[in-house]
This record gives sequence, C-alpha cells and structure tokens, in this order.
Amino acid sequence: MRGMEPGTISVRVWRGREDGGFAEYSVPRRASQTVLDVVTFIQRKLDPTLAYRYACRVGMCGSCAMTVNGRPRWTCRTHVAKLGAGPLTLEPLANLPRIKDLAADLAPFFDKWAQALGRFVPPAESKAEFAEVPPDSKARQAADAGIECIGCAVCYAACDTAAWNPDYLGPAALNRAWTLMNDVRDAAGPARLAAIAEAGGCSACHSHQSCREHCPKNLNPTASIAGLKRMVAKAALAGDIE
Amino acid sequence: MSRARVEAWLFVAQRASAAALGVCVAVHLATIVYAVRGGLTAAEILARTQGSVALALFYGVFVLAVAIHAPIGLRAIFREHLGWRGAALDAGIAIFAVLLVWLGWRALGGLFG
Repeated sequence: MRGMEPGTISVRVWRGREDGGFAEYSVPRRASQTVLDVVTFIQRKLDPTLAYRYACRVGMCGSCAMTVNGRPRWTCRTHVAKLGAGPLTLEPLANLPRIKDLAADLAPFFDKWAQALGRFVPPAESKAEFAEVPPDSKARQAADAGIECIGCAVCYAACDTAAWNPDYLGPAALNRAWTLMNDVRDAAGPARLAAIAEAGGCSACHSHQSCREHCPKNLNPTASIAGLKRMVAKAALAGDIE
Repeated sequence: MSRARVEAWLFVAQRASAAALGVCVAVHLATIVYAVRGGLTAAEILARTQGSVALALFYGVFVLAVAIHAPIGLRAIFREHLGWRGAALDAGIAIFAVLLVWLGWRALGGLFG
C-alpha cells in the first residue's frame, strides 16, 4: 500500500465543490511537517489546480483552517507527526458552503459576525478624556478572556448548533459580541443585546462546548455565550431589550 | 413586543420553569418513595389526595411548569431538526401548551375532587 511506504504520507484530499470526491496523493514525510506543509507540497509539486487558503503560516491570520481527519484544525500549527501514523484526510471546514477543494466560503460566518454587531461602535460624540479601563475590572477581565480570537471559523465548523440551525450566529460572533458588551467605550450595547437576543442568538446555544474543545487559541466561547445569556435574561427582566 | 424581547422572555421562562421542575420532580419522587413503602391501593391514594389543598397547589404548579417548559423546548427541536419555524410553529406550540395545562389539571381534578 502506498500509505505504508516508509517516509511517505498517504493523503486523501477533497476535490471539487459539494458534489466532488476524494483524490489520493503520496507526500514525503519530513521533520516538523505541518498539515499546511503537506497541502502546499501537493499544490506546488503534484497538482497545481488544488485550491486552498492560507496567509501567515504562524497561527495569527486564521485563514488556513480545514477539516483534518474529521476535526476542524488550524493546519499551519498542526504537526503531521502528532496525528498518528495513518493516512491524512483533508476536507474544507464543515457548516460552510464549499467553494472549491479545501476552500470553504466564509461569507456566512462573517455575515453573522456583522449580524451580531461584532464591531466596535464609538459614541456619537467624542469624549474629551480617554476612557479609563482598569485592567483588573470585571468587565475588562471578561473581555480579555475572549479577545484573542483570530476568526478562523474552527469553532463554527465544530458547532452542532451551527450545523442544525441556519439562523444560529455561532460561537465566534457571539464571543466577539461578549467582548464588546464588556468594553466600556462601546456605544452599541442596547442594539447588540437585541441582535443577540433574537432566535438565532445566544439562547440557541446548547452548551455542547465543541467550540471550547476545538478552539486553537484555547478560548472558551461557551463561557462567553453563557455570559450573554445572563445579560439577556437580566435585560429581559428589567425591560431593557429593544 | 419585538422578536428579540419575545425570544428573551421565552429563554427566561424556560430556565425558570426548569428550576421549578427540578424542585417539583424531587418532591414528587420523594413523596412516592415514602408513600408506597408498605404498598398502596388506589382507594388509599384517593383518600389522601381528595380535598387536599396542598396537593392541588403543588401539582397545579407542577403542571404549569411542564406546560411552559416542554413546548419551548419542543419549539427549539422543531426549528433545528425539522426546519419548521414561523407563526404556524408558534401557534402549534401554543396549542400544545394549552393541551398540557388542560390534561394536567383535568388529571389533578380527578385526584382532588
């Protein structure tokens, strides 16, 4: 068998769009080789028509995420040696439309980010003084816990609720909303709270915690969403939801 | 009322009813285990439940909690797994809630009356 040859990796790669199939390649095994290195080898040496996406190669940009052996991962920081001796199976991220080969269409992911008002909104009038944000304040600590998201969509691909409910905003968008709800400088709190209280918002989360399990940055979007649920419940009781 | 507000209230209602159900189920099970230690006949049960205001109040609340909690959960299941949503779903769920209250209180009436 080709996959059992010493020094090579057998790689099954999804080719085509939704109705494609797997193609098999044999790639030389190298020291400290990442899954992204494997994909790049195939594209550079074996089949230049292979479509995939990457940019920084160092775990900052969040663009190289794919499904590796059934799990969503950031491929630039996933070492082949740590995945065991078996063949590699590579597919585009789940829960998103497929564009071609390993490239998923991230438009729905970022559309939902916008729908959750996942952007900083400054006050209409600029304040004379800078806002004071004590580093040890509860709000700042809560924002800090979720702020390092790189928007790779691994959590979205891992999420059962995102798979079942097309309206669900997803862990990344809600995590971003949570960091902004804890930003004392932001002026869009009421509008954002209304956006995340909708049917596909935070209350749709079942707390399966797949986002936490798969997040390559070790963030905990489930905890952020739980915070939003408490925030929405308190606002509902106080009559503060628009 | 805005959709966001309705959804937020449904969320609060489901969590609050879950909390009530937690207490109700525990009391219900503990009572059953205590009451049937030496065996229990239907006549003995009715002798204890008929005219019991405490029983009527407790199970009246129990039925209400079920009628709030179950339809909201079912609504989420229908939305996620059958793709059913909109006004027809909400109407169907409301009918189911009324049915649960009616059946539950009817059964309670049989024990109390």
